[in-house]
Amino acid sequence: MIATVLYLSQPFAQHALIAGALVAVTCGLIGPFVVTRGMAFAVHGTSELAFTGAAAGLLVDNNPIGGALVGALIVACVIAALGARERERDSAIGVILAFGLGIGVLLLGYYHGFATAATNILFGNIFGVSNDQLLTLFTIGVVVVAVMAFVFRPLLFASVDADVATARGVPVGRLGLVFLLVLALTVTAAAQVVGTLLVLSLAITPAAAAQRWSPNPLTVTGLSIGFALVAADGGILASLAGTTIKPSVFVTSISFGIYLVSRLLGPRVSRRGRRPADDRSDAGTPDTDMVGSA
Amino acid sequence: MAVVRLRDASMRYGARALFEHLDLDIEPGEFLAVLGPNGAGKTTLLRILLGLTRLSSGVVEIDGRVPKRGSHDVGYVPQQRAFDRDLPIRGRDLVRFGLDGHRRGLPFSSASTRARVDAAIRSVGAESYAGASIGMLSGGEQQRLRIAQALIGDPQVLLCDEPLLSLDLSHQQAVSELIDARRRESNTAVVFVTHEINPILPFVDRVLYLVGGRWAVGTPEEVLTSAGLSELYGTEVDVLTVRGRIIVVGSDDTALTEPGGHHHHHHDAGHHDAGHHDAGPEAGSH
Repeated sequence: MIATVLYLSQPFAQHALIAGALVAVTCGLIGPFVVTRGMAFAVHGTSELAFTGAAAGLLVDNNPIGGALVGALIVACVIAALGARERERDSAIGVILAFGLGIGVLLLGYYHGFATAATNILFGNIFGVSNDQLLTLFTIGVVVVAVMAFVFRPLLFASVDADVATARGVPVGRLGLVFLLVLALTVTAAAQVVGTLLVLSLAITPAAAAQRWSPNPLTVTGLSIGFALVAADGGILASLAGTTIKPSVFVTSISFGIYLVSRLLGPRVSRRGRRPADDRSDAGTPDTDMVGSA
Repeated sequence: MAVVRLRDASMRYGARALFEHLDLDIEPGEFLAVLGPNGAGKTTLLRILLGLTRLSSGVVEIDGRVPKRGSHDVGYVPQQRAFDRDLPIRGRDLVRFGLDGHRRGLPFSSASTRARVDAAIRSVGAESYAGASIGMLSGGEQQRLRIAQALIGDPQVLLCDEPLLSLDLSHQQAVSELIDARRRESNTAVVFVTHEINPILPFVDRVLYLVGGRWAVGTPEEVLTSAGLSELYGTEVDVLTVRGRIIVVGSDDTALTEPGGHHHHHHDAGHHDAGHHDAGPEAGSH
């Protein structure tokens, strides 16, 4: 506890908390859409390939964030080009993911800098955030929030009911691409905090937990951001309290804990919003004969 | 003044014609059922009216204008399709999409938006469950909300694509009655694609029957006759009426479900009005 307070005056700790908050807001914001669109595996694939990009960035320019960003954006475009069918998309992502990781390992083999660089990419390095990196995270955060605020409603419509949204004039395909690009940005930022392997703990888990509490999309988004904030900065604070355990461990644990509590204690969504005077009275006289009719 | 107007409308994919030289006027408040086997072009016709697909040739107009995607002149009720149970969407959010789902921004709602959504929900009798998660509702409840969604923009034409599919019989009846009541109150034309006429037979004014490139238009009594359908299908078909329900029996059952096997291009047969099918039924090829 005392250690935590002491650390709070240190720039590295302040940077970590700010970075954690920025990442939590972007992840919490896109999380409900990731869940609604069934894109958990796409998130995982994008973040794994951000690792390959980061390894390349490290090798070429000693700039893992830049590399991760390029890697994630390329993957987002590839996923978009693969098309919308979920099952096809998932197997294609699996194929690319495995190959991309292999390339990442190869690239790291050529890297002769600090040995921790590799684990930092995979598991995050929140206490090593420089001013430049913080600025990058801030820029990404602003872009993600601005774009999401702009497309929120039509993207929700397209995610829930693509057919009707298309008929109503929503540019479903274009929105899907925009979302993938936003996803790539978010994943790149989140990887700095929890590492590419653990991005899902901020991009999926808080949203999945939030869904247990309300069916209202705005409430779910707000809760998702809140849960992500608690997990990210809570994990960083816990790690500052004089342990040698990496903050990623605390972040993922808190996130998982929130999910478990939500599952156990969250109101049964089925009951919520349905008034007791349940309207089943539209059951008329059942027809009997439906054989081979026109 | 017809609200939907088709003149010499043809739709072809390569050598295969879904329909040719179709002339059809749909009046305000009219209930038109579009019947025919799978693949006959029923859904394609809806897509044309939605402005998602263009005719190969001919003219289509809704309220005097070429159909445009996203127009508030048309409302669209799709097939019932299960939503994920965990979807973070309430019934009222789904209804509201019909009003402003295409607009940018966050879905905060003004008092007037809320009032319109409430009114649309009331009009389909969905007050008691509109606040619940959409994935937790029954198929019939979901379809009522979809109808509210389609009607909230106050369209002149309501396009329904098999909206009764996978509903149980009582819900089929309730949903059909709802659509019928609406078109009577608001004079909304209804184009109702279905492979099953009986649940809507009491409400239907006219039928458009599409089969393998040919079509017929008329009242159910005019179109749904043994002679008329035999000619359309190009094989012998019997239409039986049993206690007010219409049952179509093919001499070869596959003929009713696989029109693709029968596309001889009878240019003349393509445009006949079922009002006068005094011509005897074509001999079946099977």
